[in-house]
Amino acid sequence: MIEQVAEPLQTQTGYAKVVLEIDVNNHPGVMSHICNLFARRAFNMEGILCMPVSDGRRSRIWLLVFEDQRLEQMIRQLEKLQDVLAVRRHGAEHEVFERLEDFFH
Amino acid sequence: MYQMTGAQLIVRLLERQGVKTAAGIPGGAILPLYDALSGSEIIHHVLARHEQGAGFMAQGMARVSGRPEVCFASSGPGATNLVTAIADARLDSIPLVAITGQVPLSMIGTDAFQEVDIYGMTVPITKHNFLVRSVDELLEVIPAAFRIAMSGRPGPVLVDVPKDVQNQTIRFAEFPPVATPEPLPALDMAAVEEAARMINAAEQPVLYLGGGVIHAGAAQAAVAFAEQAGMPTTMTLMALGAMPVDHPLSIGMLGMHAARYTNFVLEEADLLVCVGARFDDRAIGKAAQFCPKAKIVHIDVDPSELHKIKQAHVAINGDVGEVLEALLPRVKAALRKRWLSHVESLRARFPVEWAGQDDPRTHYGLVQAVAAALDDEAVITTDVGQHQMWVAQAYPFRRPRQWLTSGGLGTMGFGMPAAIGAALADRSRTVVCFSGDGSFKMNIQELATLAEEGLNVKIVLMNNNSLGLVYQQQNLFYGKRVFASKYRGAPDFLKIAEGFGVAGVDLDTAANPRAALTQALHAPGPCLIHVSIDREEFVYPMVPPGAANTEMIGG
Repeated sequence: MIEQVAEPLQTQTGYAKVVLEIDVNNHPGVMSHICNLFARRAFNMEGILCMPVSDGRRSRIWLLVFEDQRLEQMIRQLEKLQDVLAVRRHGAEHEVFERLEDFFH
Repeated sequence: MYQMTGAQLIVRLLERQGVKTAAGIPGGAILPLYDALSGSEIIHHVLARHEQGAGFMAQGMARVSGRPEVCFASSGPGATNLVTAIADARLDSIPLVAITGQVPLSMIGTDAFQEVDIYGMTVPITKHNFLVRSVDELLEVIPAAFRIAMSGRPGPVLVDVPKDVQNQTIRFAEFPPVATPEPLPALDMAAVEEAARMINAAEQPVLYLGGGVIHAGAAQAAVAFAEQAGMPTTMTLMALGAMPVDHPLSIGMLGMHAARYTNFVLEEADLLVCVGARFDDRAIGKAAQFCPKAKIVHIDVDPSELHKIKQAHVAINGDVGEVLEALLPRVKAALRKRWLSHVESLRARFPVEWAGQDDPRTHYGLVQAVAAALDDEAVITTDVGQHQMWVAQAYPFRRPRQWLTSGGLGTMGFGMPAAIGAALADRSRTVVCFSGDGSFKMNIQELATLAEEGLNVKIVLMNNNSLGLVYQQQNLFYGKRVFASKYRGAPDFLKIAEGFGVAGVDLDTAANPRAALTQALHAPGPCLIHVSIDREEFVYPMVPPGAANTEMIGG
């Protein structure tokens, strides 16, 4: 009804990138839970990778995102999801996306 | 070895979980479950007239009982009609288990009749959701739904069950254990010590209680803590009742429609201890200017609330009751004579004035007259709008779970079905639903459910024939360009009530309105109490959009 009181969203360009490694339960729907969190906040995912691990009951998701001031809150929101088992944070120098570069040129 | 269908298994699992009443509406895709439900001798099914009504009835039950409660809907429109009630439960942290029927597994994704992706739709408005893909999963999913709904910060869980899964047969050796809440987070004792040190060192501390205090059953602990530390205590809309409003340390509700002195006290605080609250924009106004001189101690069971809006100096993740109990022996008994007498002087300088409070036909007078006719055992629900704020300001709430309102989502149409739910949860209590004519029409069909159940629900309808809060804001902030907020037609609500089989009392025409009101409140069974309210009466004080809480107008 009344305008909310908030600063306009900043663009994310100019921030450093980070790599998030997320262990999740493997079932249809997990990706939509995770992508929803980011999409709704206009928090761009620069890269996304997902494969099942070991016996297939779990998956690992790799995300490449900007390290803007909302990242800590994003990680806390991720950790709150029932299907998220762990979130680990790596620097942009992590090789997982670097090795994929060849497929995108 | 047990053998039964998926539908029968769901009903047995609900029974084992202690569900006694559930609200819903059947339809094609959930008929197997309803067939099984017809065989239950434990679960009383309340047939709502709209699925949103069923969702709010379950919420009303949960807000009174504190336990997860259940609603049912069929696939497609049945499920989408539940969406608003689920979103409302999410924003107010209400434990709810919504069970929807879905088209058979093989038809999902084919645009089958009454197929919607309710799983996908409810991802952002549930604490968690499930699409059950085989009957075996039910043994795990149903208890998990209850466990998730009730653990930590409570919330809604949706379970979508395809029709063929309901019909599948399952053989199993043992029922899963009844779901119980997950263990609470371990306390960071160093943070507790640091918080205690800050409280002991503060000159002008304020305690800021939120709905989390009610959910955690920590109201008594909060009052004991406030008394020990000598802290003036403010409550959010969701926390009203946590501390009795006439407690000497209570400074009432904060925020957009707070008493002036409350916001001025917060302005001067040097320490803010926030317990189970989340710095909502309606409570704190312009975030950068809220409590500008205060350090912040923030206690919440949900770690993602800490540092979300305001960076806390000390953040403690844990059950608020446990944290308050840990703090109590570490906090020095303090009289804080200088600070409390300053608070009193602010209260005296900016007295709360409720015009017309002796006349039960004015808005404040009506709220006070209802309160005078009832004791603290009554449950009060509201819809959303001016009437909601007038009740929040003027009703003397004295116990947790006395007050049920749609805070976060602000859903018009919440009040009556929530009142029905409250009465279903505890038939011994009188339940009063304050409503406005705009809100009341949004779930007016539930009068049929109310009449059928014969519950002790009294609807006090403040009728100004407009969307009053919209009308108010257009007058105050949109150059008096009143548009789409005044109704041209004026339905006769007493005739509508009569048509549904609900008794009505019109205070407009009553020779003795106070006596008529008291009589209506004390007569058993449902009743609609109608009062016309002047459209030009606005909710004051009011913090304008974009302003700090200290820049109130009116009042």
